[in-house]
Amino acid sequence: MSAWIGRALILGLLVFVVFGPLANLALWAAAEQWYFPHKLPLSYGTKFWEQVFKPRGDALASLMTSVWIALSTVATCLALAIPAGYALARLKLPWRSAILLAFLLPQAFPSVAVYINVARIFYELKLNGTMAGVILVHTVHGLVFAVWITAAAFAAVDRDLELAARNLGASGLRSFLTVSLPLAAPGIMASAIFVFLESLDEFTGTFFVGVPDVITLPLLMFTASIAGNYQIAAITALVLLVPSVLFMLFIERFLKADVLSKIGA
Amino acid sequence: MQDRGRLGIALVAPALAAVLVLFVYPLGYSLVTAFEAKGGGFTFGNFAKAFEFYSVDIGFTLVIIGLSTLLIALASIAIGGYLVLGESPRAVALLRWLYRWPLFIPFVVAAQCMRSFLAKNGLMNNTFVALGILEVDQTIGFLDWRGIVITFVWKQTPFVALLVAGAMAALDRSTIEAARNLGASRLRILFEILVPQVMPTLMVGLILSFVTMMSVLSVPLMISGESPTMMTVDMAFRINNYGDYGTANALGFISYLLTAGCAWVYLKRSIKP
Repeated sequence: MSAWIGRALILGLLVFVVFGPLANLALWAAAEQWYFPHKLPLSYGTKFWEQVFKPRGDALASLMTSVWIALSTVATCLALAIPAGYALARLKLPWRSAILLAFLLPQAFPSVAVYINVARIFYELKLNGTMAGVILVHTVHGLVFAVWITAAAFAAVDRDLELAARNLGASGLRSFLTVSLPLAAPGIMASAIFVFLESLDEFTGTFFVGVPDVITLPLLMFTASIAGNYQIAAITALVLLVPSVLFMLFIERFLKADVLSKIGA
Repeated sequence: MQDRGRLGIALVAPALAAVLVLFVYPLGYSLVTAFEAKGGGFTFGNFAKAFEFYSVDIGFTLVIIGLSTLLIALASIAIGGYLVLGESPRAVALLRWLYRWPLFIPFVVAAQCMRSFLAKNGLMNNTFVALGILEVDQTIGFLDWRGIVITFVWKQTPFVALLVAGAMAALDRSTIEAARNLGASRLRILFEILVPQVMPTLMVGLILSFVTMMSVLSVPLMISGESPTMMTVDMAFRINNYGDYGTANALGFISYLLTAGCAWVYLKRSIKP
């Protein structure tokens, strides 16, 4: 009995620690009026939701910008990563492990100082404050997920099936398109989701390269929060939260153990 | 065979080129600029200025990240250990469901959550007051360097715990059962049998999270933008307010060194026979 009291206390505390900050965010998103010293909002309502989601409002425009950048980043990443991943999984490559590590570089250095200089270089190339500039920055950041997971997905494809297709007279390209690619598709899908979320949530790179013209949802949330506009910040934060939490709950459906065990190998 | 090798290189080349042009080149640019005087030429002046203005923040960056890393390690070991050794299946299942929530929450969102939760009149203090643990005039806000530590631990623990718990679950159960039959307590099994065996996984997780915390700008900006704060905030400040690339890159160079030092300690440990 006493063991259960101890367990309940610790788990209860953990529930408070994990969900407390999220509950505070949810309260702000639903509050219309809330000020010190009141412990809970004085009135609830959808006034701020209407303000955020009004047609042609800032938030809706930012959401469109964010989604458009994230989709373009996914497309660019996959265009680079599918050939690279296939080569890493199937072809003879000199310096294979060094090449794999090279894609990890952008995650292995503290990135603020690098982004400052990317912004400086982009400024001269007139890429600062453009969607293309932001997409390029997000692409390099997401490339490690794209290449590593795609390579693992191709490595998990049964080699005999590819050989059977070749034996039946299919060309290399045809066996890739009709056998390897469809079989690796779930893993590629997982890497696409990873890249999409990374891009959607990215703050630092956009902060330096995107300003002042490209305002993604995280930047809009940041600006609202610093200005003390907690309802707007909370509502935008919730919008950013939904895809992340969904992915957390369903990640195992996309990333099967046979692919997971080959990541980085 | 020669052809297949060439094909492989051709297929990898575009992706590698992207990393070279968009990451390695700016990185080199930042290393060079850190040692460049305003009018050109070699100088240590940027570092002198960085230390003169920001030595407190450099120290705080180390304290914040060091303390966060330590707390993340302890929390991950506790979570992983309970998932493997816990005696109540229901409590284990609940913990497994519970601990992962912050895993994919973006840093900006985590920062906004904590900005309201940890404030003097935030939900944390309000709950304490409502439960009678604190009086209204005893509450203190945590929106300073302590808030940054709390946010980092909240956000990064699930990631390291996921790796550690996975490694612990993959261990051979027979040594655990043997130790248990000989009467070893669960705490002793955890620290003398489980933790030594998952040490490599724990270290990899901690280093990845160390670099991540060195890179995050939104959390220190939103939790505590005033000094003492983290070097990332100072770099953004030098650029946005003064266009001072020299000092900002000197600070960046110091942050590379801190990360490299941490990686070096790890490599030295892991190479030891």
